[in-house]
Amino acid sequence: MIDLAEVTSAQPDLSAKRSWRSVKSTTMTGLMIASVVLVALPLIAVVWAIFGRGVAVAFHGFPDFFIKEIPSVARRAGPGMGPAILGTLMVTGAATLIAVPLGVLGAVYLHEYGVGNRFSRLVRFMATVMTGVPSIVMGLFIYVVWTLHFGYSAFGGSLALACLMLPVVIGATEQMLKLVPNHLREASYALGTSKSRTILTVVLPAALPGIVSGSLLAVARAAGETAPLLFAVGAATEYNPHLFEEANTALSIQIFGNATSSFVAAQDRAWGAALTLVLLTFIITLVARVFTARIASRR
Amino acid sequence: MLSEERIETDGRTQRDRSGPKGIIVSPPVASNRPDTPVVFDLADLEVFYGTFRAVRGVTMKIFKNEITAFIGPSGCGKTTVLRSFNRMHDVTPGARVAGGLRYRGAELYAPTVSATEVRRRIGMVFQKPNPFPKSIYDNVAFGPRSSGVSAKADLDVVVEKSLRSAALWDEVKDRLKASALGMSGGQQQRLCIARTIAVGPEVVLMDEPCSALDPIATARIEELMRELKSRFTIVIVTHNMQQAARVSDRTAFFTTEIDPKSDCRTGTLVEYDDTTKIFSNPSDERTENYITGRFG
Repeated sequence: MIDLAEVTSAQPDLSAKRSWRSVKSTTMTGLMIASVVLVALPLIAVVWAIFGRGVAVAFHGFPDFFIKEIPSVARRAGPGMGPAILGTLMVTGAATLIAVPLGVLGAVYLHEYGVGNRFSRLVRFMATVMTGVPSIVMGLFIYVVWTLHFGYSAFGGSLALACLMLPVVIGATEQMLKLVPNHLREASYALGTSKSRTILTVVLPAALPGIVSGSLLAVARAAGETAPLLFAVGAATEYNPHLFEEANTALSIQIFGNATSSFVAAQDRAWGAALTLVLLTFIITLVARVFTARIASRR
Repeated sequence: MLSEERIETDGRTQRDRSGPKGIIVSPPVASNRPDTPVVFDLADLEVFYGTFRAVRGVTMKIFKNEITAFIGPSGCGKTTVLRSFNRMHDVTPGARVAGGLRYRGAELYAPTVSATEVRRRIGMVFQKPNPFPKSIYDNVAFGPRSSGVSAKADLDVVVEKSLRSAALWDEVKDRLKASALGMSGGQQQRLCIARTIAVGPEVVLMDEPCSALDPIATARIEELMRELKSRFTIVIVTHNMQQAARVSDRTAFFTTEIDPKSDCRTGTLVEYDDTTKIFSNPSDERTENYITGRFG
């Protein structure tokens, strides 16, 4: 707006000056943008590949692929993945029902009751160690203590997944409990409320969105686990609605089995199953997010 | 009023000067008010945080249906003493209370005493308004629900009565289901007072309840305190000496003593008397220096 010729020397010079510092700043900004692109690239590539190869298979003659049973002869072309979708929902659902209540209660003990005592330190140490146990080792463990005695079943897979989810849920819940401001606890105590009631009515509701997020992360990761399920669940091709009986199947198992098959039809089904798994995880996450947002806004 | 006093007392020479350990507790009969029953009886109260002695040697009596103000510089233990009245130190790891502290004759720190029961009778309002992230209604109903009131009709009555007592009902009666976090700071603090009253306490402790509020909201809270005095015993910690002078019947002045050997700071009670006496003719030089603004 101001004509440069009119600027007198009396006015301050507010223009940006080129200096070594500004060169460094520009370089670093460039490097950061490059890193972001590099980080995002694999993700975009994966989504691109899965959608590119999977959509045609999964949505051909919709909703056949999501409902029909898996062809028992691998070389035969055509849908579907119905039993694997049901299997994945059952296995991860049961695992969530085991791991989330246990994990949340454990974290409440660690953070609210057992602060600093020897037992809570031991439990926290064990949980950390459990995070580092490879999933195939967990699968082997369940194979030995469960599958060898009771045979293949969806529940065996749930046990393995629950063991994998448990430390994640404990860790996430404990972090969220730490974030609940202490003045809320004090406000509750000052009203003559007992500790247990304070935790139930003040602390847990305040931490709920974070606990749900943490649990979802655990669920999403568990839904994609393959190794522990190979040992415990089996690879059925028909619907099996029984949690505790007979071999079942899951999307991850079907992806593994079909992708390593030499038949093109089977490989196509693997891509379809991969897309289904991604969509399933996405839908579960979305539903849970909407659900917690509802609860949070109601308060 | 205060400045007049300052001029008058500037010429003091032969004032009764107590030693650093002397605590002057004038008999409360000096006032023309009728004496009310004793609510809190402190005998040489001490509070420790771990091995650190934060407060020592507090001996005083707090009377029913009066407003008692605690004043003094930062770190002098006012809040620490206040928090010992409803056993809030129980939830602070390492905090310990020693010495005598009786509530209407009953030893508050006896092993059989339940802190939950104590806090139902002795409520507390905090420095920063701290409503729960729940609706206005649920905030006020929280205490009664904790005490086992569950019938909707009963809760409705308690909520309305408490909000009316806190002079908040007319402002919020049409949005009881709205979140308490959407209210202004002053409204939130009155909500916290309503929430405390809803439990039906005998004593309300207030820890600098107006320090986060503007003067208009402060005036409303002070007015509220004067109204509530007839039903509750109120103990208020304040940094604002005018506030203590305006609302309280009795004032206790605390200060910090520094141990020259260990450089340890310990809060203690210097003087406790009628508010008019404290602000017009204090017995201790330290009190006078503080209220005339010469330190702190």
